Amino acid sequence: MIPGPFGYHRPASVGDAIKLLASLGEEARPLAGGHSLIPMMKLRLATPGHLVDLHGIAGLKGIHRDGNRIAIGAMTTQHELLASDEIRSSLPILQEAAALIADPQVRYRGTIGGNVANGDPGNDMPALMLTLGAAYRLEGPSGAREVMASDFYQGAYFTALEPGEILTSVTIPLPAAGHGYAYEKLKRKVGDYATAAAAVVLTMAGGKVASCAIGLTNLHETPLLAVDAANAVIGTSLDAASLKKAAAAAEAIMSPAADARGPVEYRKHVGGIMVTRALQRAAHRAK
Amino acid sequence: MAKIHVTMKVNGAEVEGLVEPRTLLVHFIRENLQLTGTHIGCETTHCGACTVDIDGMSVKSCTMFAIQANGSDITTIEGMANADGTLSHLQEGFRQMHGLQCGYCTPGMIVRAHRLLQENPAPTEDEIRAGIAGNICRCTGYQNIVKAIQYAAAKAKGVEFKEAAE
Amino acid sequence: MNDLTPTREQRTAALEGMGCKRKRVEDIRFTQGKGNYVDDVKLPGMLHGDFVRSPHAHARVKSINTDEALKVPGVLAVITAETLKTVNLAWMPTLAGDVQMVLADGKVLFQNQEVAFVVATDRYAADDGVSKVVVDYEALPVLVDPFKSMAPDAPVLREDLAGKTTGAHGPRKHHNHIFEWSVGDKELTDAAFNKAEVTIKEMISYHRTHPSPLETCQCVCSFDKIKGELTIWGTFQAPHVIRTVVALIAKLPEQKIHVISPDIGGGFGNKVGAYPGYICAAVASIVTGKPVKWVEDRIENLTATSFARDYHMTTEIAATKDGKVTGLRVHVLADHGAFDACADPSKWPAGFFNIVTGSYDFPVAHLTVDGVYSNKAPGGVAYRCSFRVTEAAYCIERAMDILAQKLGMDPAELRLKNFIRREQFPYHSALGWEYDSGDYHTAMRKMMESTDYAALRKEQAEKREAFKRGETREVMGLGVSFFTEIVGAGPSKNCDILGIAMFDSCEIRMHPTGAGIARMGTKSQGQGHETTWAQIIASEIGIPADNIMVEEGNTDTAPYGLGTYGSRSTPVAGAAIAMAARKIKAKAQMIAAYKLEVHEDDLEWDIDGFRVKGLPEKFMSMKDICWAAYNSVPPGMEPGLEAVSYYDPPNMTYPFGAYLCVMDIDVDTGVYKVRRFYALDDCGTRINPMIIEGQVHGGLTEAFAIAMGQEIRYDDGGNVVTGSFMDFFMPTAVETPRWETDFTVTPSPHHPIGAKGVGESPNVGGVPAFSNAVNDAFSFLGSTHIQMPHDYWRNWKAAKSLGVLG
Repeated sequence: MIPGPFGYHRPASVGDAIKLLASLGEEARPLAGGHSLIPMMKLRLATPGHLVDLHGIAGLKGIHRDGNRIAIGAMTTQHELLASDEIRSSLPILQEAAALIADPQVRYRGTIGGNVANGDPGNDMPALMLTLGAAYRLEGPSGAREVMASDFYQGAYFTALEPGEILTSVTIPLPAAGHGYAYEKLKRKVGDYATAAAAVVLTMAGGKVASCAIGLTNLHETPLLAVDAANAVIGTSLDAASLKKAAAAAEAIMSPAADARGPVEYRKHVGGIMVTRALQRAAHRAK
Repeated sequence: MAKIHVTMKVNGAEVEGLVEPRTLLVHFIRENLQLTGTHIGCETTHCGACTVDIDGMSVKSCTMFAIQANGSDITTIEGMANADGTLSHLQEGFRQMHGLQCGYCTPGMIVRAHRLLQENPAPTEDEIRAGIAGNICRCTGYQNIVKAIQYAAAKAKGVEFKEAAE
Repeated sequence: MNDLTPTREQRTAALEGMGCKRKRVEDIRFTQGKGNYVDDVKLPGMLHGDFVRSPHAHARVKSINTDEALKVPGVLAVITAETLKTVNLAWMPTLAGDVQMVLADGKVLFQNQEVAFVVATDRYAADDGVSKVVVDYEALPVLVDPFKSMAPDAPVLREDLAGKTTGAHGPRKHHNHIFEWSVGDKELTDAAFNKAEVTIKEMISYHRTHPSPLETCQCVCSFDKIKGELTIWGTFQAPHVIRTVVALIAKLPEQKIHVISPDIGGGFGNKVGAYPGYICAAVASIVTGKPVKWVEDRIENLTATSFARDYHMTTEIAATKDGKVTGLRVHVLADHGAFDACADPSKWPAGFFNIVTGSYDFPVAHLTVDGVYSNKAPGGVAYRCSFRVTEAAYCIERAMDILAQKLGMDPAELRLKNFIRREQFPYHSALGWEYDSGDYHTAMRKMMESTDYAALRKEQAEKREAFKRGETREVMGLGVSFFTEIVGAGPSKNCDILGIAMFDSCEIRMHPTGAGIARMGTKSQGQGHETTWAQIIASEIGIPADNIMVEEGNTDTAPYGLGTYGSRSTPVAGAAIAMAARKIKAKAQMIAAYKLEVHEDDLEWDIDGFRVKGLPEKFMSMKDICWAAYNSVPPGMEPGLEAVSYYDPPNMTYPFGAYLCVMDIDVDTGVYKVRRFYALDDCGTRINPMIIEGQVHGGLTEAFAIAMGQEIRYDDGGNVVTGSFMDFFMPTAVETPRWETDFTVTPSPHHPIGAKGVGESPNVGGVPAFSNAVNDAFSFLGSTHIQMPHDYWRNWKAAKSLGVLG
């Protein structure tokens, strides 16, 4: 369980990091919290020739409110999200989800950028980003661009990141005042990825769902936005029949792998339940 | 790979060493610094036996390169006792409440509990359990570890901890 | 007498003897990071070894190319089976009478089997070398399902056994058959079944799992060519046995082998056996002339060294209509993996599985066990239990619940009806054991009263009705378990390892100032021997426990012992301590009589010294006797005060207990919650209640993990799918339930201090309590038996198969 040899680089700016990645080429990988990459390196399932450690770049950290958007630097840790008053008041669903990621030690190191950028279907933040309509800022040799989270994920570990590009920040539009939210995650134990998880952000008006977005974690090779499921509950009071319809619509787009968490049928079934429960809890919280 | 010079403060003392970029922090601590209280249990970032405190954070030192700790301030289990060499409230709590058996997880558990109590001096039982969920113990079933941490929290407030290990 | 004279209570308390919740002496170093574990051992010039392992479960090894590996900077040697053959160590004997490859000799038989050993200047270079060894494999058909091991067309796994129709335990029926073991009276048992009013039959599986202590298996071997001496620091639960094994297989003189077990980070049975890493490190040290360290990583630990269980138990009970058991018939299919490396006493191929009649008065019983090979890791160790006792307890406790269900009886009532009664002890079981003592009815009733069992059953009945009405999606289960263990192996008449009787030993040496050292043949892995052994001595000879240092784990200084596993330390070594202490006390009495100028018979023992009967002011403390032992012993007596005892126990001890698990399961997700867990243990005399409670907490936690998901699972290709702490269920503080503990005390009549073992009881009794809770939760929906482990998806699957998911 020893990583192979590599060259280590610690740039002080995003510009330097991009230059390094360009000059080092395919052998180089950016290193954020390292809690996905380093274990893979110890198993020698990943053998990068160079690591470009992003910890030296002060500009990649921090949470800023910009009008009705929240910008979060890629190197902001889960621990910092959990400690942030800004996140607590404007994006509480991020705290609910961050608290369910791995364990305390991992959350001190694990970053939001790493979580959303590496394309691991087990990561929790990507589904939230879809649900919240977030955009990612990607910076590379040919400049900076913004990609919607919904356009970012292409397959397991495949994303819209071009070679040499770094995800530098996440921008999230503020959800409507009085919105309800919930992240329901079924896992076997602390430290596990989700067997199935669902994120819900909704608004209620007159006892009925006015708007709704639903995201799904680890139920497909990419995070999913369950659009049909959300549509199935808009305009309803989340009665049993509508919830059932939403769960069925969500299950229809799931294609999880069978693994030690359970067979496909089980993971889809509990995926539907996570959707149902998240909807109910979110509605309960909505004002 | 050429070795790189690193310096850091460990348990209050400035230390230095030459490391390969790939040298894991836990190996630097155990092999170069010969501070063997920090242990290795799983190597996949689950067990927490390798937990050290770095710049005010509990970190699994098996999942960080030594070179990344260059310039940082680290406390290991060897730095947990009081300045006069007596056991800290946490160390004493683990002993009084029988919060350890084989002792292998204990250093990581104490270092983690130290940071937990720094951030939350009066945790509930559930908060303690969630706070040490990155540390696996195979021997105790955690119940007395929870008591040990409660003992330390009480002592820090100057209150006698009543609950004895049954 | 004045106010400063300590009272009897104060004198007793000052000893911190038996019954005292003495704080552990070990903790001073462990809480400060000053333990000394094997990986902490660093020697000048020390090298590191690491294994190349097989990705295949069954394959022929066509070639091993080490050229590129040897070019890696720091790599000094690559050892293969061919190297080992030059010293006749390519294969090694197992504790179960089989042989095992040290390194792949022509083929591999399980995934992650050791193929080559790379030796390098440090662990990084060794790992680099491992990645450069090229092995050419030819895949062979894989045998994973033990039920197919003895199919006529099953692949031949052990080519080395070709033509061998007998093994270490008798005839072999098939090329993948290891042994058949049969106990009990078949004819009488068959007759009981033929006339039975009621019978049940169920195939009850206990899945493959792993002890997985937090510290893996590791060693440092250092061969001194000049002296011809080999020193081994290792994670050994039984250091003396390792020394003898090394002497026998490496043909080294035993006095030139020094085995040291330093602090051990948990064992749970994992560290009893001898593994290829030890042999390879020793050979590498001999070849290179340098010390060589081998440290297993977690994946290697889970996949290669010593699994536990994998017993598939077809179980039948015969009974009368009113619930009196009349016969037990069990057949076990035991999957031993690629080599039979079970760590059982030599004559017991299935350990003490014949304790399977449990706590019940079965008039007749018959048991057969078939051991088979498969393409899985070898092992079969006693994971926190005496040999195969956990499997036996699970088998009978599950079967009793199934019988209760068939009879429509409450499981607790059925047990009460069939318990061995207090007056029947010593009790001779139908499968050959003599139970030493027990009071099962008292323990069971105390459990039922403490938990208000009747109220819980009433609540369950109401919840079931509510479930049927669709008002809840939760089902509630009550898991009753009443176990009897058999621990303390063991009497030389039936227990040995490699021919060495399973006694244990203690040597006590008192120093002139009233302090002393006790050296032991046992080896703590967290049980707190340094604390508790001193407590026994303190009570026996009246010297404060703080003044007694306990030393274990150095074969040069410790008397020969068989080590610590199978809850044998207190039953065997604990007795040796008491016996050695009593020898000290006997000599002390002679010295005291001489000094007090009376006859020995005129003295009486009084807490911490001898007093002249009828003359209370004439007293000599043990502390003063220690001094006298070194300056004025009676004429003709040798000076000094020391004793050694090798204790061969007359019988095993039989701890027991009554457990109850209260569990709620959400049928839609299979998610369970352990609402309550109550454990009453009777381990006889209690030496340190604090440590006993800690042992119970730990054992229950392991039982919880095993029953609810901890599994070494293979896919059809023989790949381990649960090979790290992500997938191998290792509960954290969040998942682990809260434990309630309780006790009764029924001393062992044959043990010098009346103590039995306790460390493993909670695992033995805990697993059936959890499993019975799950089964009980679903039973009203029509199920009779749901196999372990009971992880979320399997609970859901059970609910689904019972048709309650709509």
